[in-house]
Amino acid sequence: MSVNSLEALFIQKRQLGKKCLIPFLPGGYPDKKKFWELLFSMDRCGADIIEIGVPFSDPVADGPVVEKASNICLENNISLSWILDELKSNRDKLNSEIVLMGYCNPFFKYGWEKLAKDAKKAGVSGIIVADLPLEESMDIRTLLTEHHISLIYLIGLNTSLHRMEKYAKVAQGFVYFVSVLGTTGARDNLPKELQDKLIEAKKIFPKPLAIGFGIKSPSQTKEIEQWVDGIVFGSSLIEHIDRYKEVETFFNNWK
Amino acid sequence: MKKSYFGEFGGQFVPELLMPPLIELEEAYEQIVGSTEFKEEFNNILKDYVGRPTPLTFCKNLSKELGFNLWLKREDLAHTGAHKINNTIGQALLTKYMGKKNLVAETGAGQHGVATATAAALLGLKCIVFMGAKDVKRQAPNVKRMELLGAEVRPVYSSTQTLKDAINEALRYWISHQKDTHYCLGSVVGPHPFPSLVRDFQAVIGKEVKQEFLKKNNKLPDHIIACVGGGSNAMGIFYEFIKHKEVKLTGVEAAGTGTPNCYHSATLNKGSLGILHGTKTYLLQTNEGQILPSHSVAPGLDYPGVGPEHAYLKDTKRAEYKSVNDDQALYAFRLLSEKEGIIPALESSHALAWALSLKNKVPSDYNVVVNLSGRGDKDLNIVFGNIE
Ligand SMILES: Cc1ncc(COP(=O)(O)O)c(C=O)c1O
Repeated sequence: MSVNSLEALFIQKRQLGKKCLIPFLPGGYPDKKKFWELLFSMDRCGADIIEIGVPFSDPVADGPVVEKASNICLENNISLSWILDELKSNRDKLNSEIVLMGYCNPFFKYGWEKLAKDAKKAGVSGIIVADLPLEESMDIRTLLTEHHISLIYLIGLNTSLHRMEKYAKVAQGFVYFVSVLGTTGARDNLPKELQDKLIEAKKIFPKPLAIGFGIKSPSQTKEIEQWVDGIVFGSSLIEHIDRYKEVETFFNNWK
Repeated sequence: MKKSYFGEFGGQFVPELLMPPLIELEEAYEQIVGSTEFKEEFNNILKDYVGRPTPLTFCKNLSKELGFNLWLKREDLAHTGAHKINNTIGQALLTKYMGKKNLVAETGAGQHGVATATAAALLGLKCIVFMGAKDVKRQAPNVKRMELLGAEVRPVYSSTQTLKDAINEALRYWISHQKDTHYCLGSVVGPHPFPSLVRDFQAVIGKEVKQEFLKKNNKLPDHIIACVGGGSNAMGIFYEFIKHKEVKLTGVEAAGTGTPNCYHSATLNKGSLGILHGTKTYLLQTNEGQILPSHSVAPGLDYPGVGPEHAYLKDTKRAEYKSVNDDQALYAFRLLSEKEGIIPALESSHALAWALSLKNKVPSDYNVVVNLSGRGDKDLNIVFGNIE
């Protein structure tokens, strides 16, 4: 398979000695209009890949901040169709790569095949499904691959060497390393075991590694920087937006 | 068919971080639950502590009135007053065999929470129970019972503040405490191996029915009826009879108030295929795949999903699934109390209400066994709120 756009982006950033900055924002948060303003703003401020969250009523991998944000989106009638439609008309104006992140059920109800087609048309390069482990993913991966969309897998501190090797065989785009044994949400400290586990993962995965869950500030990632190619922030970004209604100052921190 | 599936239903749709504890549980299920040592210890506790076998009661008065033979499998007489204890004893014992020290559980009505707290007390495990904040208020006496039994009850304030949110929170807790904690799930729902594991622990119900019925009547019953929330008491009584094709199996769901467009819990009757809490099954959901709130006068039936094996039994037509509304269940609740001196749980009253509807439709020698999954003392507040 040819190098896809996500992988190409990581290579390009690596040559510049930089990490991919990957903000996560639930689609339509905090409201439909403001969402697009924030998205364009992040795009300008140096986001490399933007993860748009597809809200779900029962987000088991998420902590309180993302869950609350998702619920607000649902109250505002945000759906996967809305996200894809809007994205289609706005995609040209964005430089960042776009990735969708969500849970099985809204994708399943939409239909994986239709999702693959419509996501492609909307300029989406990858999909992250929080509750789709390796065992359940193969048919879906095949379908998405046919439409040149990467299925981005998550692994974590408790993923054995053996499982990592299995994931390495099928990983596409990049690998999302969950930095805490827990749900999303900013933490003051990342776990001690993280570094060793990242070193292990780095040896096994030929694809780029991005870390996410719990990330709050650049000082946290200093020690592990050399083993990661990208950094995802969600809860801390949402909290910043809730407080300051903008993203510029948040991104300034990370440059 | 993959072993984690029942036809197209089931699976393990969980975050990767939950796969290691699920795989560990699968191995324990395969290696420990079938072992002689485990079975012996489990059966001894069921006998000497839970009070099994529970009786199979012939309803003399109601049978005369209905014109067929009505039998009750008396899970209401099991310790803690419902079938839930069969499963929690099994899982708590398994937890010990696995070398873990803590249990986490969800509860809606509080019955599974009480049963988990009980098993934890008996076997010396620490126990945390997540419960929707709304249910904490509605089911205050069960909160007190759990606390008395030494469990910590943690109210859940997210979303609808009911059972489905308590499950979300228990799953989240399990992600970060998997090393020393087992998730004691309360019904035949959730990711593999839970639907099979919980069914196996509940299967004792059907085995006892078969043995006792044969002893008394020298044949099998014609028809078995059980209520379906997540579906554990129903799977428990059905499982032994699935191979006996001549025995009719009916699961009864809660139709809520029965008014058009009301919230209800009749997932198999009115739901559509989807993925929730790790399993692919029928769900109450919007066209966009958002889970809908459910409702039933019986708190234990109030769940927007259903066990994947029931979805399979429905699609393969081995079992049929019907629904009765709140009023029909309340009527059955009063009738059994007055005619037989047994106050049934509102959940079980749904199964009973369907049995009552067979009047004049079946021959006089027709034998119906209703799974009386629990006793109704817990429901008096709800019933008197509704009846008076
Ligand atoms: C007495 C009783 N019956 C039935 C149920 C429903 O659960 P299930 O469908 O898993 O048997 C409950 C749940 O709390 C219950 O307490």
